Amino acid sequence: MYPLHLSVPLADASYLGMSNPCKNPKARKRGVLVLALLLQSIPKIDLVPLAYVGYMTLNLKILVLDENPIRAAILMEGLSEAGMTCVEWVADTTDLLARIQALDPDVVLVDLENPNRDVLEQMFQVSRIVKRPIAMFVDQSDTAMIAASVDAGVSAYIVGGLQKDRIKPILDMTISRFNAFSRLQSELEDTKTELQDRKTIDRAKGILMKQKGISENDAYALLRRTAMNNKKKIADIAASVVTAADLLNE
Amino acid sequence: MNTHDTAPKLTPVRAGFIPLIDCAGLVVAKEKGFAQAQGIDLQLYKDVSWANIRDHINIGTYDIAHMLAAMPIAANLGIGHVKVPMVAPLALSSGGNAITLSQTLYNELARAGANDLNDPKVSAQALATVIGHRRAKDQDQLVFGMVFPFSCHNYQLRYWMAEAGIDPDQDVQLVVIPPAYMVKSLQTEQIDGFCVGEPWNSMAAQQGVGQILMPTTDVWPLGPEKVLGMQAGWANGNSDTLAAVLRALDEAARWTNDRENQTELAQILAHPQYLNVPSQIVNMALNSGVSFYGDGVIASHDEALWLYAQMVRWGQTLLSTADQDVVRQTYRPDILFAALGKQTSQATIPNITYDFNPNDIEGYIQNLPVKMPKK
Repeated sequence: MYPLHLSVPLADASYLGMSNPCKNPKARKRGVLVLALLLQSIPKIDLVPLAYVGYMTLNLKILVLDENPIRAAILMEGLSEAGMTCVEWVADTTDLLARIQALDPDVVLVDLENPNRDVLEQMFQVSRIVKRPIAMFVDQSDTAMIAASVDAGVSAYIVGGLQKDRIKPILDMTISRFNAFSRLQSELEDTKTELQDRKTIDRAKGILMKQKGISENDAYALLRRTAMNNKKKIADIAASVVTAADLLNE
Repeated sequence: MNTHDTAPKLTPVRAGFIPLIDCAGLVVAKEKGFAQAQGIDLQLYKDVSWANIRDHINIGTYDIAHMLAAMPIAANLGIGHVKVPMVAPLALSSGGNAITLSQTLYNELARAGANDLNDPKVSAQALATVIGHRRAKDQDQLVFGMVFPFSCHNYQLRYWMAEAGIDPDQDVQLVVIPPAYMVKSLQTEQIDGFCVGEPWNSMAAQQGVGQILMPTTDVWPLGPEKVLGMQAGWANGNSDTLAAVLRALDEAARWTNDRENQTELAQILAHPQYLNVPSQIVNMALNSGVSFYGDGVIASHDEALWLYAQMVRWGQTLLSTADQDVVRQTYRPDILFAALGKQTSQATIPNITYDFNPNDIEGYIQNLPVKMPKK
């Protein structure tokens, strides 16, 4: 179960403050005993299982099913920075079954905007060919994690029997990357709206300047005053001016 | 936008739906003001997969949802997923699915089996012949698309095939395909046929991609197709809100089922935030044999048991007496009738008329031509 080469840092027990066991046969015996005890108790030592998580996570095969190439790239970069090398991305489900068979994933991450999620559900339920990863929700022990994941827009299918502590870092990473992507996307939306608003305000200013023969500053002041009086945004008032002008010019 | 400070406070209810013709009740309840009149701020969330709908209901981000009729049953039994107690007080629709075949397969069936492909027994027999021919020539198995393991579509395809002795788990491949991808999958020859709700059969026919073989009401008589499902905990804890929602849906149904409103209904449903297809297609879909709640459509205990029998037949679960009691408690017409102030009696809940005795599911399955071998 636990990979043997993890015992390497423990082979020299001198860091525990013992005398050099090679020079003192008694101490050597004692050292071997301590080492044996240590090895036995490894799973109980807090620090060591963390190393396991790293080691074992590295070997997990992860399939990312996401129709959005940018988000997939952001996620895969994160997974790769965390040292996970065996990650494959699939954008559509053409030949999905064959690709799943080929990769034989331990974890499948799927974005919730993806209608193909229902395809996975059935594939994992009835297929005798693929290992049968199950929806993360089957284990409801961590509802906060489940809610965070749905909120971020991603779900995971995990091969049964995988320990939770092996999956958690992957899910944490996935959730945070999905959230980062949404933030990016909404910032982009905001910037677009801002640009659009500015264009509308400029057009409205132009219309007012021409119609009322006033300066640019006065036109802007008029828009702002009207917006304040009507408890609306300047951009909304500007849009009304533009619409009205378009109507009158038709 | 136009809410005034003096307006009475509405109770928000979050409802998930899939863009299919039978989300009409929920959409009309919102768009025509029936929900608001009952003090409900009905917030509709369009979703893309049944698995999402299930998960959102499970974690409580949706209060109620447009669900496949078998989904709350599967949830109550913990089949295919975690066990979450659910109830369905109302059936949103009945019928409306159809089986569509690729032009090639349709022609093969026509050659193999007489001329009357309108008769499901004849068409199934023809399919069996085609399967035999293909096997003899060492050709690939035919592939049929349906929408979810716990869907009437799945059971209807199986029921139709099994009538001619075809074993749907051995002789063909059944794959899940999201409704919106059905037409494309048929066009690209990834599948040879499918069973799906509207508007996708109409769409395939209109684009000349496939030929509608028959509505599934020809395979089995009317039963619930979609239901209004929710966590039992939510239904119990919000009984007044639920009653208001049910009254709103009842009012909405009167409007929806009035033929005079069909053009407007099609326009509303065609909107991008709902079905997002041309209103002519919605119109075709509305005329495809789908019935909505209020038009004699009801979620009765017997209907739930009928679906359970299909699950048992195809090995999704094992027959058990305890489970049958759970299934009986899944559809709750009593909640609906209480909300509408009607007396519930056995007489007001019509029994299903077809050849099925809900008290003898084992006997029913025994007499069927094809079923999963007993484990």
